Order: sequence, then C-alpha cells, then structure tokens
Amino acid sequence: MNWIAYWALVRRDVKLFFKDRRAVLMTMVAPILIGSFFGYLFGGSGGDSQNSRVPVAVIDQDQSAASRRLADALGKDKLLELRKVDPAQARDQVQNGKITIVVIVPKGFGDQAVRSLFSSPNKPEIQLMYDPSHGPELAMVRGVLTQHVMESVSAEAFGPGSSKYLDDSMRELEAAEGMNPADRAALKQLLGSVQQWNTRLNNNPQAAGGASTGLTMPYTVREEAVTAHKDAPYNPYGHSFAGMSVQFILMMGMEAGLAMIMHRRGGLWKRLRAAPLSRFVLISSRVTSAAFDSVVVLFVVFGFARLVFKVGVDGSLAGFIGVSIAFGLTTAAFGLLVAVSGKTVEATRAIAILTTLMMVMLGGAWVPAFLFPAWLQKVTFLLPTRWAVDALDAMTWRGLGFHAALAPIGALLAFAVLFGGVAIWRFRWDTAD
Amino acid sequence: MLEAIGLHKRYGDLVAVHEATFRAEPGQIVGLLGPNGAGKSTTVAMIAGILKPDRGEVRINGSLIRGETDPVKRSIGLVPQELALHGELSAHDNLELFGSFYGLLGASLHNAMQAALELTGLADRTNDRVSTFSGGMMRRLNLAAALLHDPDILLLDEPTVGVDPQSRNAIFTNLETLKSRGKTLIYTTHYMEEAERLCDRIVIIDHGNVIANDRLEAVRRLAPAVNVMIVELSASGDDGWCDSLRRLDGVESAELNGSSLRVAMQDLTDTAPRVLAFLRQYDLRYTHVATERADLETVFLTLTGRSVRNA
Repeated sequence: MNWIAYWALVRRDVKLFFKDRRAVLMTMVAPILIGSFFGYLFGGSGGDSQNSRVPVAVIDQDQSAASRRLADALGKDKLLELRKVDPAQARDQVQNGKITIVVIVPKGFGDQAVRSLFSSPNKPEIQLMYDPSHGPELAMVRGVLTQHVMESVSAEAFGPGSSKYLDDSMRELEAAEGMNPADRAALKQLLGSVQQWNTRLNNNPQAAGGASTGLTMPYTVREEAVTAHKDAPYNPYGHSFAGMSVQFILMMGMEAGLAMIMHRRGGLWKRLRAAPLSRFVLISSRVTSAAFDSVVVLFVVFGFARLVFKVGVDGSLAGFIGVSIAFGLTTAAFGLLVAVSGKTVEATRAIAILTTLMMVMLGGAWVPAFLFPAWLQKVTFLLPTRWAVDALDAMTWRGLGFHAALAPIGALLAFAVLFGGVAIWRFRWDTAD
Repeated sequence: MLEAIGLHKRYGDLVAVHEATFRAEPGQIVGLLGPNGAGKSTTVAMIAGILKPDRGEVRINGSLIRGETDPVKRSIGLVPQELALHGELSAHDNLELFGSFYGLLGASLHNAMQAALELTGLADRTNDRVSTFSGGMMRRLNLAAALLHDPDILLLDEPTVGVDPQSRNAIFTNLETLKSRGKTLIYTTHYMEEAERLCDRIVIIDHGNVIANDRLEAVRRLAPAVNVMIVELSASGDDGWCDSLRRLDGVESAELNGSSLRVAMQDLTDTAPRVLAFLRQYDLRYTHVATERADLETVFLTLTGRSVRNA
C-alpha cells in the first residue's frame, strides 16, 4: 500500500476542510449557536423553572372564602405564574397566546362544592379556557387545580363555618326516601362524628395536635433528577449540543460527498486514477479524513459546551471517544453514499440535504426522541442519528459507563459498513468524462 | 514507446472508439485530432488506464498495464482537459500531493517540483494559492503536475483550452523541450493549427473511427493540392467581373465576401500573376495579398465532408 499517498490524501482533505472558512463556520459555530439556543429553550442550565412556569389567570366570580383560598393557592404554586386579567379580555388573551390557561371559578362555587363533598348532586363547574397549542400544560394545570380545589373546599367543609353544611346534609339525609335504614344510620354517625371533631377543634385548636383543618395531600413528594451524579442538575444543553453536533457533522459528511463529485467533474479523479494507487488507498484516505474532521468537530463543540454551559462527559470518556469515532466513520461512509448518488452537485445536493435533515429530525437531534409516538421511537432505531444522539446523551449528562456505549458503537459501525458497502458497490471507478 | 492496438469502447448503442490503432515513438509528438465528441478523450482515458477498453490493448514500452497499482503506470503522465488542481491550495501543496501519488518524498519530491516549476515558468509563484493564478498559469501548473514523476509518456488532453496566445506559446515551448528530451507525447486537440505546429504524426478521429494515421506531411497530402490566394480589395462590390475571373485560365474557383476575394488555384506561380493582372485590368485596387496552403482543416473537410469546428 502506498502510505505516502494515503497520508498525503488525508492531509489534503483535512487541510481543504479547515481552509474553507464557510465550512468550518457551518460545522463548528452553527451547532454551538443553535445548541445554545435549544438548550436555553429547554430550560437552560439546571432547569430554570422560573422561565418555564405556565402563565395562568383566575377569574373569581364567586368571591367566597373557598374561591379566594383557591386563587391564593394557585398563585403560590411554583409551577404556575398567576397573571391578572380583565374578565372581558380573558378569551382574547388566550387566543393571542399571552395567557395559556384561564380558570373561571363560577358564582356559588364555595357553597356548591362543599355540599357536593358530602352528597349534593349539584356540582359547580369550573371552566378552563386554554391555548390548544399547549396540551401538556393543560394536563399539568388540571392536576394542580384538583389538588388546590380539594384542599380549599375541604378546609371550608371541615373549618369553623362547616356546621351549616353538616346540618343541611343531616336534613337531606333524613328526608332521603327509599334509603336503606342501616346506611342512613351509618352516614348519620359519620356526619355526627365530623360535627363533634369540628366543635372540639373550633373550641380548642391545640386539641387536634396542631393539625390544620380540611383535607391535605396524603403524601409529600421528594423529586430527584436521575442524572450522572446525585445532586447534579439536569443540563438540557447536553442533549441540544449532542443533537446539533450530529446534525452538522452529518452535513459535513454530505459536503465531503459532494466534493468528491466536484473532484470527479474537475478532473482530479482522473489524475488519481491515472496514478498507481489502489481503490483501498483512494477510499480509506477519504474515510480517515472525514472521520478525523468529525471527531475534531465533536470535541470542539463539546469543549465549548463544557466551558460555557458546564456540559461534561460525566459518563465514560472512552465511550465518548468510541462513539465519536464510530459516528465519524458513519459520517464518512454517508459521504461516500452521497458521492455515488448523482452525477452533478446540483442534482445531488437537494436530495442529500433532504435525507440528512430527515435523519437528523427522526434521530431526535432537534427534540428528544421520547416525545415521538411509541411506534416512531422504535422505527428510529433504524437510523444512525438516533444511536449517535442517544449515545452522546448517555456518555454526557446521563453519566453512563462504557458498557452503555458498546451497543451504539456496534450499531454505528454497522451503518458505516452498510453505507460504505453500498457506496463501493455503486461507485463508478472508470471515467472518461 | 506507446502502442494502442485495436482499442474499442462502447457506451450502450454508441461506439465511442472503434478499433483505434496507432503508435508513438520516443521524441515524437502524436496529435489526436477530431471534433468534440470524436472519441479523443475516451482514447486517452483508455491509454492512461482509467477506463477499461471493451477490446484491444495498450502497451507501454512493450508492457501491458495489469491492475491499478501496476508500476507501468509510472511511465505515464496525464494532463487532463480540466484544470485538475485544488484552487484553495498553493502550487507547492498541489505538487506535493500529486508527487505523493508516485511515492515521491523529501529531496526527490523537492527536486522534481523545482524542475517542473522551472520548466513551466512558475518557480516564483510556488507558494501562491492556485486560485490567484491566471488561466494560462493554471494550465502550466496542470502540465507541471504531470511531470513530477518524470514519465516517459505524456498524455495531453486539450491542454490549451481557454488560454491566451502568449500562454499557449509558452506551453508549446514546454512541450517542444520535453520532446527534445526524448519524451513521447500524445496531444489531443481540435485546433488544427496547433497540431500542424507541434505534431510529427497525426491521427484523425471522427465518430470513434481513425480516418487518418500518418506523418504530418503524408496526412497533408490527403487533401487536394489546392492553393488559395486571398486579396483584400479597396472597395467592395461586384459588377460582373467575378464571373470573368472564374473563367480565367488556371482559376478553379473565386469567391467574393465583402471586400475579401478568395481565389483557388492549382499552380500558384502561373496563376497568381494572372489574377493580379486581371484585377489591374478592371481597375480593382487592393491593399493586401496572401496565400494559404491546404491545411489539416482542409484534410478533415476532404475526409469527412465537414469542417472540424462544425462537426
């Protein structure tokens, strides 16, 4: 093998890449800029909840103690950002996207809700006006609302003014026709016990051992983000930099393939083929240089992410390097595939860009793959980008060991062999034009 | 020495080259002439070993090229029709790369680069980016890149396309120098005047067929022995005298195009004075007189019925 030519060709490709300022800008600066932007969008360093609170307004038409308590509780919730809104403008505010959800507490809410807690069929209706583009936030607000309504209403039901509701419920119980006498007796005993408890509590709050009135959540929650290390907050920049690196490295591979077409058109291929060089030298030098460029780009981008956004390789460094090299080889083979896809740069570029963007999008580089439908999540394992993004996530913020890199490295190498095999099979070695 | 024996190449229904046979000796420039699409570049590609012929063979100093890495390929230097250079790199970096293809390294590479750059007159631009070169300089660097490994045979595929006359002359001088050093040169072109100036032998190709293959003088003789006298008249217009001129003894044809009169004749010595006397008799004054011999363009016209530029 002519190693002199091999290394000269590798050096040429690397030199040409780094001499092309536009290419370097696209491949290194673009992922840094876009990765920073996406990382910020997805919560910034440490998951800045202040920026991701849901803007909510409450219109209290009842103005009862229960409704005021509810509004107060919603305002204090860390997941919500309570905004004031003119009731007449509420619908417009949701429609133009300024408020995500408006909670309308109807007149009579306090009275009806407390009665409904025991027996009344007339449940009050809380209206939610929401922005349909914020489906996940609606589900979250519904849960938060349930918690605060139960706490507010039960506080009213079991608080100082609750005897009125209990007396009314007793009377309704007596008047109920066709009720099983044993059930009636049991319920009366229950309501009587509640009345006794409230009387004792009202006369001497210390008698209850300091317990607050009303129902409370029967559990507390301790949240722990499972990241690389205990107490290490999730850093969304990790995923966004992984995704953007994969995207722009793949585009670099595509450009390398287009450059091969240009070299063929420009006669350089003839010069190469006229020389006593084997096909192995011609192809392997290309693959080596493209893989080298990929690894350099990945290290530069993640170097920036580490310095500025503290995205570390919290998992296996050897795994990170292995994934980088394997993805570099896949990229190089993808470039070869692009090179055999068309005769002219113009004809090939459009289809190559479309293919690249599809692979990037479906690989979870833009938004995490777990947001995809279940079937799509499975299908995307047929793409090298999915393996690359997942593996980079695993080696960075997930903090997994080398064992977690083995399957992605194997998959990426398999893609490299597949792409490279097809490219070599389709390659036009002879040329006269 | 280069021998092309029965080279044949077909693309689908199109026969690009049909049984082409010719040879080139050391110290000789062989011109492959023909219009665009005649099969010249395909022939060169087969000789260079970058295109496999359907039939036939190429022998370099008696040896066949067997495989991509056959050392016999070191005997060939290819100057592609395209400017096969990296514009973003310097002349030095380009030559260093192309020299590496032939295993050149260190002092041998340096000496080869110096020699090639000096021959082509680019020694003072070694470290400049190729994209800053003029078209003529790029053509000369294209030639230099093929000379690094000192090949016995140089294949030049239309090496002067798009260059100014000065650079063209410089390239011709380079090629004549190489010829004087005993190199074998195959030169493809559709410029007949280039072939007439440079080539010892002429191979004319048309539609993939070799229609002439001989020394330059022998090929010239394929055209009818016609001389053309060109007279630039002071005034244009014909009031019937041109017909009279055509009837003049020794005149084979006479055509007036504006003020330019072209008169064809077999015998220049007898007929030319007669034509000038005729013009004087009709009081037709002239500003310039020239004569042309039958050239390769005429040969091509004779053999194919078409002008090479219109083929």
